[in-house]
Amino acid sequence: MKSIQQLGDFFIFSWQAFAAMFRGGFDRRNWRLLIPQLYEVGYRSLPVILITGAFVGMVIAVQAVEQFRAMGLEERMGTLVNLSVVRELGPVLAGIMLAGRIGGALTAELGTMNVTEQIDALRSMGVNPMRYLVAPRVLACTVLTPTLTFFADFTGAAGGWFVSVVVEGVPAGPYWDFTQQSVTNFDLYSGIFKSVFFGAALGLIACFCGFNCRPGASGVGKACTTSFVISFIAILAIDFVLAQILQDIQLSIYGFQPVL
Amino acid sequence: MPPYDPPLIELKHVSKRFGKLVVLDDLSLSLNRGETTVVIGESGTGKSVMLKHIVGLIRPDEGEVWFDGQRIDQLPERDLVPIRKRMGFLFQMAALFDSLTVGENVAFPLTEHSKFDQAKIDEIASEKLRMVGLDGLQERRPGQISGGQKKRVALARAIALDPEVVFYDEPTTGLDPVRADVINELILKLKRELSVTSLVVTHDMVSAFKVGDRVVMLDRGKIIADHKPDWFKTCDDPRVRRFVDGKAGPEDLEALEND
Repeated sequence: MKSIQQLGDFFIFSWQAFAAMFRGGFDRRNWRLLIPQLYEVGYRSLPVILITGAFVGMVIAVQAVEQFRAMGLEERMGTLVNLSVVRELGPVLAGIMLAGRIGGALTAELGTMNVTEQIDALRSMGVNPMRYLVAPRVLACTVLTPTLTFFADFTGAAGGWFVSVVVEGVPAGPYWDFTQQSVTNFDLYSGIFKSVFFGAALGLIACFCGFNCRPGASGVGKACTTSFVISFIAILAIDFVLAQILQDIQLSIYGFQPVL
Repeated sequence: MPPYDPPLIELKHVSKRFGKLVVLDDLSLSLNRGETTVVIGESGTGKSVMLKHIVGLIRPDEGEVWFDGQRIDQLPERDLVPIRKRMGFLFQMAALFDSLTVGENVAFPLTEHSKFDQAKIDEIASEKLRMVGLDGLQERRPGQISGGQKKRVALARAIALDPEVVFYDEPTTGLDPVRADVINELILKLKRELSVTSLVVTHDMVSAFKVGDRVVMLDRGKIIADHKPDWFKTCDDPRVRRFVDGKAGPEDLEALEND
């Protein structure tokens, strides 16, 4: 019962956040609020995102190379590695990485502001915390998660190439030729498309948990844990639903295309 | 007969529950212009909750809140903005924004609500900081100043827009007696110089006697006494007496005995 009520509260919160975003977007004074968030979410996340992407690509290649070699298909490795990276693992793991790094930090920041009455102080001064705090954070997450996913895809492909071609000696020419044949723009953009939703979800969930944080240090800690766990599950659930929809769209446009 | 001067703020039969806990119980209170009203009472009797009702941070379950002839308890947040600009709120824990410097904190209401340019805003901010005796600390962060200084900065921020009414939520709690008296003097100074209406929530009797024109005592969400400060010095109601003298009641002592 309580959780249904909270779900309702969350949707009202999300609605208010988007309303504040669109209304506030026309006022130039609000833009200065966005810049520090873009810096924090985007620039400061870049290193971990690059590392995450690289390891994802490398580990797929390591796992796959022996199986492919046994079947004599090692030249087609690029298809598996790059398709997995851009369609699924790049966006999802980048999203989860950001849920941990950004989501946790946002919840802790807003939670602390909440328990020290700073959010009440904003409201008492006639400033809408949705516009001042939530909108720039959610917007930064929504815009930059897909951008960072591009980077994760890039290092993922590089990591896969490194293990397959440099370490395992798969010939580079066919590796990239087969990749080019099988990985389409649709695959790349479907991954990026999904990550827009991951970003919005993790931003909204993090802000919501911070705003509904219970008092005290333990309250903030608990809110951070809740925020991460819910973001994690939300990302996987959204991924499942969107993967299904995108698959159907791809099939209806291009028909079935065997990739291997 | 003087012309009818309606009270600036009126709570009419306000009740508020959190879950099963009744925090405010059919409470009615009106504040007159230019007066400093002090609300005293034990912790957890609904003093802060009452304060937050007047600013619209908490909505009543029943009853009405009026400000300057306008009912405000049902107004949406956006329509509360012009009213909140006329109010200043000093929070119990100061509630300075950690991400901003002291100067930016004081300038915050001006940056958000005024059309002044940056130079003018800085000038007003340092004037307000001078009033609380802290001009020159503009570049510090809230983490780099003491608790008493934080409260004074928060007070400077609360009066940045020259409000008609200032609410103080336990302004002297957690300060040493000297710092506490500095805050008391500031409250008196603001009343004198800006003729603001004030509502002070406190359990510091020294402060209550010093700044109050009128003292209201709350107990379990109800008003049990509403008089001039002097009345409290001589009254013989046991609940009021205990609070004013700072003595534990028989049931509190009994609880200790049974441990």
